[in-house]
Amino acid sequence: MNEFNLDQTSVRELNAALHNPDLAVNESSWKITNSKGRHAVAVGIDATLDVQINGHVGYYCAGMNKKALVTINGHCGAGVAENMMSGTVRVKGNASQYAGATAHGGLLVIDGDASSRCGISMKGINIVVKGNVGHMSAFMAQKGCLVVCGDAGDALGDSLYEARLYVRGKVASLGADCIEKPMQEEHRAELQALLDEAEITECSANEFRRYGSARKLYNFTIDNVGAY
Amino acid sequence: MSEENFNSWLKESATFPRHVIAEIQRAAKTGLYDIRGYGAKRHVPSFDDLLFLGASMSRYPLEGYREKCETNVTIGTRFAKKPIELDIPITIAGMSFGALSAQAKEALGRGASEVGTSTTTGDGGMTPEERGHSSKLIYQLLPSRYGMNPDDLRKADAIEVVIGQGAKPGGGGMLLGQKISERVADMRDLPQGIDQRSACRHPDWTGPDDLEIKILELREITDWQKPIYIKVGATRTYYDTKLAVKAGADAIVVDGMQGGTAATQDVFIEHVGIPILPAVRLAVEALTEMDMHRKVQLIVSGGIRSGADVAKALALGADAVAIGVAALIALGDNSPEHENEYRNLGTSAGYYDDYQDGKDPAGITTQDDQLAKRFDPVQGGRKLANYLRVLTLETQTLARACGKNHVHNLEPEDMVALTLEAAAMAKVPLAGTNWIPGINGM
Ligand SMILES: Cc1cc2nc3c(=O)[nH]c(=O)nc-3n(C[C@H](O)[C@H](O)[C@H](O)COP(=O)(O)O)c2cc1C
Repeated sequence: MNEFNLDQTSVRELNAALHNPDLAVNESSWKITNSKGRHAVAVGIDATLDVQINGHVGYYCAGMNKKALVTINGHCGAGVAENMMSGTVRVKGNASQYAGATAHGGLLVIDGDASSRCGISMKGINIVVKGNVGHMSAFMAQKGCLVVCGDAGDALGDSLYEARLYVRGKVASLGADCIEKPMQEEHRAELQALLDEAEITECSANEFRRYGSARKLYNFTIDNVGAY
Repeated sequence: MSEENFNSWLKESATFPRHVIAEIQRAAKTGLYDIRGYGAKRHVPSFDDLLFLGASMSRYPLEGYREKCETNVTIGTRFAKKPIELDIPITIAGMSFGALSAQAKEALGRGASEVGTSTTTGDGGMTPEERGHSSKLIYQLLPSRYGMNPDDLRKADAIEVVIGQGAKPGGGGMLLGQKISERVADMRDLPQGIDQRSACRHPDWTGPDDLEIKILELREITDWQKPIYIKVGATRTYYDTKLAVKAGADAIVVDGMQGGTAATQDVFIEHVGIPILPAVRLAVEALTEMDMHRKVQLIVSGGIRSGADVAKALALGADAVAIGVAALIALGDNSPEHENEYRNLGTSAGYYDDYQDGKDPAGITTQDDQLAKRFDPVQGGRKLANYLRVLTLETQTLARACGKNHVHNLEPEDMVALTLEAAAMAKVPLAGTNWIPGINGM
């Protein structure tokens, strides 16, 4: 086990060690303590590491992650797992704005609530939020799934592309070009698999509604001008 | 009435000239605003309004081919472990794969590498063609984040955070459906054939304080190796420059309102932003006040065409320039050899600006395989290298005439202005006077 106490070692030293292939090969378990809201903790990992962070983190924790499992035993600042490519990031507490922004792959699980713009511009990541998400979540979301076990705030899925949104609770309002779509067997199966992967046992795929793009804004037509 | 009498009888309205009438008619017919490529077509105060004072009695010049006039520039000396060393102070601006064909991107890489300068990716990510053929490649981080990934980030020689572009400060990108081919769609994670709107704001930060943290993250991901540039469209340039320095930039790219684009609303191109002439001065003032001039490098762009433009930009305090449209023209854009095809598209060589349409007969601004195949990247690269050499020689010629053994030794005091506007904007005296409007006297 590699241990890093961020009161004694800098975030720079930590990230350099996480990027060092020699260190990563010898020991895949990492424990980080005293994170104390520091920014850019455990970013740019490209190895199958198991990183446990005990404490809260600031902006962009686990940004651009590849392959690693990063667990945050605390709350997260803005942009957790932004642009993640693969691997898993699990937040035991709540997450601030733009969680999983623009991420291309992997799984982000947030056990608490996520703030506004969760999954903004997502490009293939799967995000599972056990609590609620704030306004403008999945704005311009392109690919992947956003699963919300609680409620969603205003303008969910505004200007959505092909991402799939599953919400169990109330949706305050839908954004431009986002509509409710029927849940079919393939969707229930996809959703259940995500809930299982996220180790969420409190609810089942049958309790969710599905939302997606009406695809009316895909090509500019003057008749839709009010929606732009 | 004879034809001649008839013509002299007609009086065109200054308010409603023919192209304005045509635009009203077009708008009424289609209900769509005009989207096009190229840069602003209106006249704005520019480097043409400045002149150099060559050496004479009080200064002596350098011998043309005998005495050295260096042109090298290092970018990213502030924080990056691996700054970029350029042989010439002229770089290729970011132009996306999507807007340009893969072959055109390759040619830009070939040409730039041949003369020891850098190229830049664009909205849509990095292609292997361009990485492979560019010895120094700047990777853009744009609001859309299309194709953004940590592997390419690590492969890049520098990272450019794009906040804005001179053609459309405050506006997002656009790539119309006809250019979203399978490959482009795949790289951008979008369905094929849709009109793709890139966001105008970054998805995971707002404001300069957040940007500082974003830059910290990028540095951490890349282990502080790469220079980080911030690119802004020229508007509130003095403040933007100060904020970019505060946010931790190694270099600042300021793109004037003349700057080219692949697809933007005409109203945006012509009416938003300030010309590069005043913007260079504002940026240099901000840097100088922070004691950062030459420490945070300044790259300027927007309508750079000749060595004279380069020399004047450097004399005003820029460290390097970037070119977009001029590089495309060097590759073969708007060439008379395609005149018949331009005519079929309702335009003519020298006027072609429909980069958004994807029907470029020169095979440069297209994703159509057949058209793109017409363009030979090896020959294109050679032409670009030739053009860059000419720009460099012209810049050196002017610098030597002013007695400088490095192009960076050019200074505002080497110049005068031809017009009051240029004198006020560039803060050099009106020719034949010692008057700088707004500074001395009035
Ligand atoms: C075809 C084309 C595509 C462009 N694509 C981008 C882009 O993806 N990102 C960007 O920051 N600027 C883009 N630009 C703007 C250029 O980077 C540059 O700022 C501008 O072209 C400079 O002005 P000039 O064309 O007058 O030299 C593009 C310009 C052109 C002509």
